[in-house]
Amino acid sequence: MPTTLKYQEKDLKLVGTRPPRPDGVDKVTGRARFGADYNLPGQLIGKVLRSPHAHARIKSIDTAAALALPGVKAVVTRDDFAEMPDEMAAVGELMINFRDVTRNMMAREKALYDGHPVAAVAAVSESVARAALALIRVEYEVLPHVIDVVEAMQPGAPLLHEDQFTVGVKPKPERPSNIAKRLEFGRGDVAAGFAQAEVIVEREFNTKPVHQGYIEPQACLASYSADGQAELWTSTQGHFVFRAQCAKVLQMEVSKIRVTPTEIGGGFGGKNNIYNEALAIALSRKSNRPVKMVMTREEVFRGTGPTPGANVKVKLGCTRDGRITAAQAELNFQAGAFPGSPVNQASMCAFTRYDLANVQVVGNDVTVNRPKVAAYRAPGAPIAVFGVESVVDEMAKKLGIDPIEFRLKNAAKEGTQTYYGPRLGPIGYIQTLEAARAHAHYRAPLGPNQGRGVATGFWFNIGNETTCALNLQEDGTLTLMLGTIDVAGGSRAAMAMMVAEELGIEFERVRPVVGDTAALGFNFLTAGSRSTFASGMASVIAARQVIEKLRARVAKIREVPLEAVAWKDGQARPAEGGGAQFAPMTLAEIAKMAGKTGGTIAGHAEINAQGAGPGFGTHIVDVEVDRETGWIRILRYTVVQDVGKAIHPAYVEGQLQGGAAQGIGWALNEEYFYGDDGVLQNPGFLDYRMPVASDLPYIDTVIVEVPNPNHPYGVRGCGEVPIIAPMAAIANAVENAIGLRLFAQPFSPPRVLKAIEDAAAARD
Amino acid sequence: MRYEAPKTLEQAIALLAGANGQAKVLAGGTDVLIQLRSNRAAPDLLVDIKAIPEMKSIVADAGGYRVGAAVTCMELIENETFARAWPGVVDGVKYIGSVQVKGRATMGGNLCNASPAADSVPALIAAGAVAQIAGPQGRREAPVEDVVLGPGRTSLAPGELVVSFVLPRRAPHSGDAYLRFTPRTEMDIAVAGAAVNLTLDGKGVCSSARVSLGAVAARALLVPAAAAALVGTKVDEAALARLAAAASAACKPIDDKRGTKEYRIKVAGVLARRAAKIALERARGQG
Amino acid sequence: MSRNHVSTTVNGDRVEFLCETGQTLLEALRDELRLTGTKEGCGTGDCGACSVTVDGRLVCACLMLAVEAEDKAIQTIEGMAAGEALHPLQKKFIEHAALQCGICTPGILIAARALLERNPDPSESEVRYWLAGNLCRCTGYHKIVDAVLDAAREMRGA
Repeated sequence: MPTTLKYQEKDLKLVGTRPPRPDGVDKVTGRARFGADYNLPGQLIGKVLRSPHAHARIKSIDTAAALALPGVKAVVTRDDFAEMPDEMAAVGELMINFRDVTRNMMAREKALYDGHPVAAVAAVSESVARAALALIRVEYEVLPHVIDVVEAMQPGAPLLHEDQFTVGVKPKPERPSNIAKRLEFGRGDVAAGFAQAEVIVEREFNTKPVHQGYIEPQACLASYSADGQAELWTSTQGHFVFRAQCAKVLQMEVSKIRVTPTEIGGGFGGKNNIYNEALAIALSRKSNRPVKMVMTREEVFRGTGPTPGANVKVKLGCTRDGRITAAQAELNFQAGAFPGSPVNQASMCAFTRYDLANVQVVGNDVTVNRPKVAAYRAPGAPIAVFGVESVVDEMAKKLGIDPIEFRLKNAAKEGTQTYYGPRLGPIGYIQTLEAARAHAHYRAPLGPNQGRGVATGFWFNIGNETTCALNLQEDGTLTLMLGTIDVAGGSRAAMAMMVAEELGIEFERVRPVVGDTAALGFNFLTAGSRSTFASGMASVIAARQVIEKLRARVAKIREVPLEAVAWKDGQARPAEGGGAQFAPMTLAEIAKMAGKTGGTIAGHAEINAQGAGPGFGTHIVDVEVDRETGWIRILRYTVVQDVGKAIHPAYVEGQLQGGAAQGIGWALNEEYFYGDDGVLQNPGFLDYRMPVASDLPYIDTVIVEVPNPNHPYGVRGCGEVPIIAPMAAIANAVENAIGLRLFAQPFSPPRVLKAIEDAAAARD
Repeated sequence: MRYEAPKTLEQAIALLAGANGQAKVLAGGTDVLIQLRSNRAAPDLLVDIKAIPEMKSIVADAGGYRVGAAVTCMELIENETFARAWPGVVDGVKYIGSVQVKGRATMGGNLCNASPAADSVPALIAAGAVAQIAGPQGRREAPVEDVVLGPGRTSLAPGELVVSFVLPRRAPHSGDAYLRFTPRTEMDIAVAGAAVNLTLDGKGVCSSARVSLGAVAARALLVPAAAAALVGTKVDEAALARLAAAASAACKPIDDKRGTKEYRIKVAGVLARRAAKIALERARGQG
Repeated sequence: MSRNHVSTTVNGDRVEFLCETGQTLLEALRDELRLTGTKEGCGTGDCGACSVTVDGRLVCACLMLAVEAEDKAIQTIEGMAAGEALHPLQKKFIEHAALQCGICTPGILIAARALLERNPDPSESEVRYWLAGNLCRCTGYHKIVDAVLDAAREMRGA
């Protein structure tokens, strides 16, 4: 079985059009079932007791009173879960250690953040469960805490893990540290590069954690049977990965857990790992009844992983005519309570848009008393790129070069050697820059206190393990069983479109279904912008297998040689020069006879998809700044991005618009507020301020298509690239509007006004 | 927890008075339900006052208006004659959350919840609104600026509730406006708010004014010094600058996740000036 | 504790249920009546995913007690289509790809219908401000606004 199928340019009938998505009616009528919409007879409600302290040793947990409360059927604590080995596994593009997975799910020795789960109960109703939580007595020894990344890196900072010694430093340090890992990427000689530079810009940036902000809180329903089998319904980006994580922490065989993914109300990386799932199974095991656990919004903020806050230093050296001679960055990322921030990915994405001989990126993964971070759409990249694209912009301005022109002078292209390993294949970065420059937005006039900013983004995209099955039904329709979760409605449509295109039939005759874990072999998460790429490839492999079997079946039925049978436009026909004539057969006719002529015709694929094509984007934004209040208004936004091939353009546009909107929120107002006690002060949508409809203008999109040579339809992942550029683009626009550069995210009005006033004071 | 929905004011007062401080009035519920969920309030009894006719009506009364305390924001916004007379009060009401929240929230609740940032309060104060209060000892009235004492605290005695707001007759050439600052265009609690109500004489000179600030102190402030900056002037740039300075000087704000002290002080002045300009335009447009 | 008995009308049907005094209308709809089309995104009235109409008025079901529903007429997403005939808003949302994950969609459709019933010809800005109470994290609102304006056009017969 191939792991890549080469791109073939051909006339397309369906791919590239905009048919209605197969699950659309269910979603607009309220019929679609999300995580909290599932119920089983006799179910109990499960609730979690969470640490109110940012850092504390857990001396004892007394659950007796809770267990004695009428209506409480089970209680679990750390004593109900086994110690886990030091063992790494992948979740999306991040790696996790099971030793940490079990501790994040339920604290063992220490509570490491405000919101850390300490115990869980299952009871006959929500109100009894809440009353039971109030009866659990936990004895805490409160410890000093640290939440700032730079503070946490200092020797003498409160230490989260006494056995954590910085990996990546030689010789191995003698003292434990909150710096879990130090990594370095690079090539060439940055010292020499800076020596050659005629102009140097060096800046420091700080960002806050931001949450993925999915509107659906985590929800799951578990039912454990006395024979040791568990069923789990959950809102997840990866049911096979959740099955693996649950099996491991519960010490169950993988085949004993069957996970059905519900429709998912947003994930963006935040639903790549388990939170309540293993707790629900354990409670169900103890109580002998199904247990439903739905997080409140407050729990989502206190307990689930945001993306890190960070401290970023960037230094760039250039010749006077605009060629970059050296680029350097230091990325200090908060990992939250356990190691594993996306500082790795951020390092890979920091400078890759540029063809550089001398680069060095150093990253530090730092534990702090905050929730363990989770992936968030292009994990880490927006943070690093905020710094890099701001410095690039400042450099271009210093040299008197147009910002797009500057990037074109240094642009990565096919054949460019990256500093983190691979050499780039055909890519569309330059095309996106040129399309942005040619766009009417770039020339539109601006008024007072208005400014325009440009910034660019890159994400490598991934492939990974993918399986699918395609079955031809007796009436000539097909069911495509997929293993990748459809987070946004576009991918299940796109897979069906590719299968229908291959077979030459109408889109409506292919029904895509996302099955449970029993239906297929392992599928990796929907993350890394992989699903249309990898599941698409698997679907095409399965479709081509079906075509081969159809040809063979017709050859048998019509008694002609196989070479004489061609497949075209949904029919088996005599091949040109094939040497035999026969009456063509439609898919429906063959299907009707399938049972009698050898059995159901089906195709399937089990691959580890390789050859994911990197994506590049260029953003243009216009802002207006109210100098008296520091308020930034987004006037106009344009996203230009190379997606390889837009299978269903409307859903590709949706990814570009949605990612940009999240980036805008990230830039303007989203952040976590902590008190001096290390307790989160804004665990809700009132004070965690995501953009509302009146905050945003229309977001124009330009789709560039430089086909990925390693996908039959040229697909590149597109979901992550659009969130990367907005922070820098907006910072650059503000600089052009009022001559002030912002170095701290978010650019909330009090920060902006203070920067304006400080600048005015400095001038006077 | 019990729930009662009395149909008369007397019944409501009896229920409240008889509950030994363990009852809460339920109007729109947009604050109370959140407090119940987060255990910041755990009353034994909820008294739903939405079935009481005099709390739900908007009545033109002796040239002024009597607005029931349980009239919803949307009902008030949709009342065209009221909105023409008091656009500033309606400005404030429009800011109380989303359309969904405004479909339930009330000015009575917005006032008695006693948040320092309540959006309808500054404009009511600037309008010179008087709260009509009823309780076990009978009826009384109080200027709106005297009802709230501090965050979460009112001057209402046990068993008392606000029944309606009386707004005075509008003099010709009068206009009011309320502006607030929030980081997003909607859905935020005010970081600072300013209401200006002014009347011009036949020559375009300001003959009277009231200025009120929200979210910059423990309760909404009536700022006589700010109003004095306008009276006797044509509300020109110099007067507006003095108004802004007086507004900023009156602030006693806090630092919190919505804004710093310095920010609130600065922006209160900016908003007061901008609100005064709008009030002026409205006053000039009113014959 | 004893529960309250509530009689009310939901999508034109007379229904009855029992509830605790502290239960919200949202919880009653989802857990007692098993109408799960209305969603909980925050429980505090900040996201609009639980939007329903009560006596024609757009509200958040999480900010209303179930007992307050007595003798009211409630409309939820389940009542928006007439059998297999989708409401023009529902059709336009599919046509314009105005939904991605779909969790906010029921609330937005209920809110948009309430808008068009009051204002059949809203501007882009009026649509955005009316829908400010409905958070969407997937779409950036672009296609949602287009779909609402297009549905309004169709409903006006324009």
